[in-house]
Amino acid sequence: MITVVITLATAITTHFQTISKINNISNMIFLNALTDPNNLFLRHALLVGLFASIAFGIIGTYVISRRISYLAGAVSHSVLGGIGGVLWLKTIFQLEWLDPLYGALLAALISAFIVGHFGHGAEKKREEIMIGATWAIGMALGVIFMDLTPGYFDITSYLFGDILLVSSRDLILIVALDIVIVLFVLRFYHKLMAICFDEEFARLRGLKVDLFYQLLLGLTAVSVVLLIRIVGIVMVIAMLTLPAATASLYTRTLSGMMLLAILFSVIAIIGGIGVSYSANLSTGPIIIVCAGVLYFFMAALKKMSNQRNNG
Amino acid sequence: MDSELPVIKINNLNFSYHNNVVLESVNLEIRKGELASIVGPNGGGKTTLLKLILGLLQPNSGNVEVFGLPPEKARQRIGYMPQHAQLDPQFPISVLDVVLMGQIERCDRGFFGGFPSQVKITAQDSLAEVGLGDLSRKSFNELSGGQRQRVLIARALCSEPELLLLDEPTSNIDPRSEENLYETLTKLNQHMTILLVSHDLGFVSQVVKSVICVNRQVIIHPTSQINGTIIKEIYGGDFNLVRHDHRCDHTGHSHHDPFSNNQ
Repeated sequence: MITVVITLATAITTHFQTISKINNISNMIFLNALTDPNNLFLRHALLVGLFASIAFGIIGTYVISRRISYLAGAVSHSVLGGIGGVLWLKTIFQLEWLDPLYGALLAALISAFIVGHFGHGAEKKREEIMIGATWAIGMALGVIFMDLTPGYFDITSYLFGDILLVSSRDLILIVALDIVIVLFVLRFYHKLMAICFDEEFARLRGLKVDLFYQLLLGLTAVSVVLLIRIVGIVMVIAMLTLPAATASLYTRTLSGMMLLAILFSVIAIIGGIGVSYSANLSTGPIIIVCAGVLYFFMAALKKMSNQRNNG
Repeated sequence: MDSELPVIKINNLNFSYHNNVVLESVNLEIRKGELASIVGPNGGGKTTLLKLILGLLQPNSGNVEVFGLPPEKARQRIGYMPQHAQLDPQFPISVLDVVLMGQIERCDRGFFGGFPSQVKITAQDSLAEVGLGDLSRKSFNELSGGQRQRVLIARALCSEPELLLLDEPTSNIDPRSEENLYETLTKLNQHMTILLVSHDLGFVSQVVKSVICVNRQVIIHPTSQINGTIIKEIYGGDFNLVRHDHRCDHTGHSHHDPFSNNQ
């Protein structure tokens, strides 16, 4: 067992060193690129990444500790249905004002409400089915609507995101989302913790458990929609789980987990943008790989230090 | 002292879950100051009975009154300790935060929703009462099973209850802690009514004043004729430790009569 862990850790460390070597070389290019006035988009992307990390870290902490990552996955995938529907409506009825964002938000909120309804109490057993159904039907509807819509759509940016294409409006929306999330969590920190830890007991003490749970899911849904711009529908679930999971290895409080998760998310996003810019690869996937490597590296480190402590 | 009004009164209650009869024709009265234990085999409906008393489940027929009120309206006066196995052992939360949940509804002071200092004092006192006063800063997931159990009892106490409902307080507990728990419960019983679920009959016979035998009547599986003899077989010799100051009728359903408080 010990040898397996050590081998794994060595492999990961070597891997990491390779990455950091690449980084060292590319850092120069990346830093030069950052200061280049023509590369406004790059600074923009970094800024978006920093603000997105606040949402990723805080919402991710709830997703991990309440164990609802598959629920978040269902919400994010169903968004494609909303986007497809809006694109179809927009083209068929020539509604220029209609933005795919509205469709995405509507789909996310509806699916969060559906799965959330089955998330606890007597309906708990059907939650899994609802998650699977929402997940798949949402995506299927999205593809059908896009087939029905004349013209060609590149859905890759929806599926995999592109932080380099994020607009100023997206940035403003993400900052607004951060403000809402931070205020909500500051105000209801203890109550949310109680509900996540022991829903039944919180209900007995007279808390409006269902309302809070739906609010939390609603916030998760809105976060998913805004964060899809960065890493895409398929991978947003990774950014909602990996940084928080990494943080959970090293902290014993919910608030500590939030702060650490924000930090790990920032590291993954900055690292991802840097590597992808230098190596000329898609940003979203690189960010996810960074977050994943960070998780496994930290998990191995933790395991090794535990074993050392236990002799 | 409204000694006339029973703390818990259950009238002719029936409860089934997905067509499985869990409890049938339950009548039960718990008087103020009692220390009673619900015993019975696994799946016999012990926890279900507690949840009905808390109003977390609704009976199919019959009714439950706590302090003469419907359970939903009496909850604030009940302290409840669930089985800790149903909680996520990895959840990042400190011992003190778990105990503070006992009055989570009062966490509304100022914009940031802090606890009134009175609640914090109560939480510390409750922890001290179960002998864990020095662990408040510890993380809940670092504790042993027995310690977690006691933290959850402290949480129930932090609700400053008049009625304490404990679901399996003796599971996961070592003999020495059990002895402590015995003393704690006896002390608490001086100012609150206590109803606990246990299948540890040795413990029950030492502590409680009356025993409630709960066993669902199984009508879907007619082969298992549950009666007093089978209960004895399940529990073996330990069963003899229980003082038989309660009545088991021959069919062995949930059969609760008001127990005379033993002298």
